[in-house]
Amino acid sequence: MATFKDFRNNVKPNWCPGCGDFSVQAAMQRAAANVGLEPENLAVISGIGCSGRISGYINSYGFHGIHGRSLPIAQGVKMANRDLTVIASGGDGDGFAIGMGHTIHAIRRNIDITYVVMDNQIYGLTKGQTSPRSAAGFKTKSSPLGSIEQPISPMEMALTAGATFVAQSFSTDLKDLTALIEAGIKHKGFSLINVYSPCVTYNKVNTYDWFKENLTKLSDIEGYDPSNRENAMQTLMKHNGLVTGLIYQNTERQSYQELINNYSETPLAHADLNLDQNYFDKLVGEFM
Amino acid sequence: MINQLSWKVGGQQGEGIESTGEIFAIALNRLGYYLYGYRHFSSRIKGGHTNNKIRVSTTEVRSISDDLDILVAFDQETIDVNYKELHGKGVILADAKFTPKKPEDTEASLYAVPFTEIATELGTSLMKNMVAIGATSAVLDLDIQVFEEVVQEIFGKKGAQVVSKNMDAIKAGFDYMKKQLVDGIEIMELEKADGKKRMFMIGNDAIALGAVAAGCRFMAAYPITPASEIMEYLIKKLPALGGTVIQTEDEIAACTMAIGANYAGVRTITASAGPGLSLKMEAIGLSGITETPLVIVDTQRGGPSTGLPTKQEQSDLMAMIYGTHGEIPKIVMAPSTVEEAFYDTAEAFNLAEEYQCPVIILSDLQLSLGKQTVEPLGMDKVEIRRGKLVAGEIPDSENKAYFKRYEVTEDGVSPRVIPGMKNGIHHVTGVEHDETGKPSESAANRIAQMDKRFRKIENIRFNTPVYKNAKHEDADILLVGFNSTRGVIEEAMVRLENDGLKVNHAHIRLIHPFPTDEVLPLVRSAKKVVVVENNATGQLANIMKMNVGHAEKIIKHVKYDGNPFLPHEVYTKCKELF
Repeated sequence: MATFKDFRNNVKPNWCPGCGDFSVQAAMQRAAANVGLEPENLAVISGIGCSGRISGYINSYGFHGIHGRSLPIAQGVKMANRDLTVIASGGDGDGFAIGMGHTIHAIRRNIDITYVVMDNQIYGLTKGQTSPRSAAGFKTKSSPLGSIEQPISPMEMALTAGATFVAQSFSTDLKDLTALIEAGIKHKGFSLINVYSPCVTYNKVNTYDWFKENLTKLSDIEGYDPSNRENAMQTLMKHNGLVTGLIYQNTERQSYQELINNYSETPLAHADLNLDQNYFDKLVGEFM
Repeated sequence: MINQLSWKVGGQQGEGIESTGEIFAIALNRLGYYLYGYRHFSSRIKGGHTNNKIRVSTTEVRSISDDLDILVAFDQETIDVNYKELHGKGVILADAKFTPKKPEDTEASLYAVPFTEIATELGTSLMKNMVAIGATSAVLDLDIQVFEEVVQEIFGKKGAQVVSKNMDAIKAGFDYMKKQLVDGIEIMELEKADGKKRMFMIGNDAIALGAVAAGCRFMAAYPITPASEIMEYLIKKLPALGGTVIQTEDEIAACTMAIGANYAGVRTITASAGPGLSLKMEAIGLSGITETPLVIVDTQRGGPSTGLPTKQEQSDLMAMIYGTHGEIPKIVMAPSTVEEAFYDTAEAFNLAEEYQCPVIILSDLQLSLGKQTVEPLGMDKVEIRRGKLVAGEIPDSENKAYFKRYEVTEDGVSPRVIPGMKNGIHHVTGVEHDETGKPSESAANRIAQMDKRFRKIENIRFNTPVYKNAKHEDADILLVGFNSTRGVIEEAMVRLENDGLKVNHAHIRLIHPFPTDEVLPLVRSAKKVVVVENNATGQLANIMKMNVGHAEKIIKHVKYDGNPFLPHEVYTKCKELF
């Protein structure tokens, strides 16, 4: 059986020393091993940005696509091969700015993939512009007087879009994060995991210390019940979204694959391409 | 006796104009006639003038005709808009309800037939279309029993009474009109057809059926005119094969989802029109640099932007060849008939996998939506070839090295593995990369990978890249076109030849890479080259000048008013040259 070391490759990440993304990578590798995957049965599909490079740093099948489009590519992979474990991944710009349309629709479609967002509230690879997660008043190269837009609240957004698995974590909480990714992989449907992953180079506000001071663990809230959507929303609003843990999970709703009319049990990628002559003749006859 | 008939039915959109044409056409197709239809419609659901022009012939036809024999009108607008197409012996059958007026400058006859009144008497005014079919049958001296089967199929679900009522309406229309025709009016009796069973379908049906035959089991698409029929057909037919269609949130998702599914090993299609293709361009570049097979259909319509969304145009040519930023190998094919749309679509999946690049199937509105008679399509000419897709197991490598998915090879094509295969792990990225897919900015690697990608399509094998009807060694005129202009060029050619001109015809089926070797000799041996295309700037003519030269003899014949060419328009243009 594969261990987390089998999910390591020999590529040295080009992330800055201290970047939160290193821990996310480690958690993903551990989670993959913990759920019993072999490297060839995992496909990591990523977007563009610092965090988007993650698909090249894990020893598995990996596809580094175009900015904002990791989710449709990942859904296409899963549709083609339902036996694969598919993880989509990228940054907050990728998922909540240019790719927000895909995020909302992937949530409501509920195809069985896991989406891990590395949320650093800044654009890192383009050297420090405001992100849709930057707080109002946040000063960057593209908002020198401070951002005058409101940040997106991805967890609340996910709940309203009909998400069946919503979780949030902090990159230094390796154990909790690993457990959440494992749970996301096992969840039958779309799982969204937003990870606060500090940018040590361009974000001098939302630092490791800032998160440590401001985050509340849901496990510290007595009696928190992740199956209660209404309470999940209230808790998020009360804490301004700054919570970690499993926020909400609906285990009853069926995944997209389970609802497709007559969807092949064997992966489509392994289907016989040859068409039965009788079936073809029937199709031709319909036009006569 | 006539061996050809041009019939048009018109009225307000939402009045059942389309189904009237449909019932008439299906019945005649089953008698063995060849049909070719053209729908004039607007981008709205109810209201606005719409018409359906159908040509009926005892021999193959691939174009609408210059004139019109019978016009069925449900409102005065239909007469006013269309009467000029009628020849002197033409007939207007108009609903008496709106007290039709015949324009002064036509010799065609007008009959006010109480379509609505007869239908209402029989139960419901909705059947006025059936009355009109009956009246038409009287003029053609057609046995109305031919409609029984079609009426049964269409209304059978609603019960036997509805079927018999509709047949009654057809009969009442027939009887009424018969009485009007007694005083010596010429009946347009159609010559008998051969009675052979043939298909009656639109190009989009053929594209969708071609995809099914090719082993396509998944489609990701976003609705758009005139491409939606492809997804609508596949969502009906793929489930029986275990596959499905996802209607995505946008065109970008459709294209990237198709890339993901193709990467993971299932033959996947996406289809759209110009606006959608504009949005797909970045993803098409991704398919190019990651060497992921991808089949995309572009059903051209009037552009730019929303343009003329329900009208004919062929103006996406340059965009399809050059639309992506950067440079990628790409194949752009342009079927010119419904048959070719079927076989070319099936072949597109082979080319996409063999050359590991995007393949664009270019269609146009008239080819995609014009319903026509087609000789039965067969599976015998459909092959499945998957190129260098690795089948079976990959041996263990000594070190944990990535699989060389982008190995630099002589023909430029590298072995391809799909996720799930042991020892096949590699990286895929839209960033320039080395042989294992690892990002690389090295100048030497860049050149090696660019050259490798372009080497793939240097010697592309494409069956019949140019349809040729070129019997003259020295032609006065070489007529060139692509997509749905095939029929008008063929008809113009016959007339020009009757006038003593020597005419060759080349219809370009492979737009890119341009089949220069096939086209150049034809251009060289012609005095004039007339390039017929539905766009304003003469895009195909310009592509020809780029590839085969001879700018001095290449003449643009363009039409961009939203309507397909008529045979006489091509004929007249050519006559003016001599």
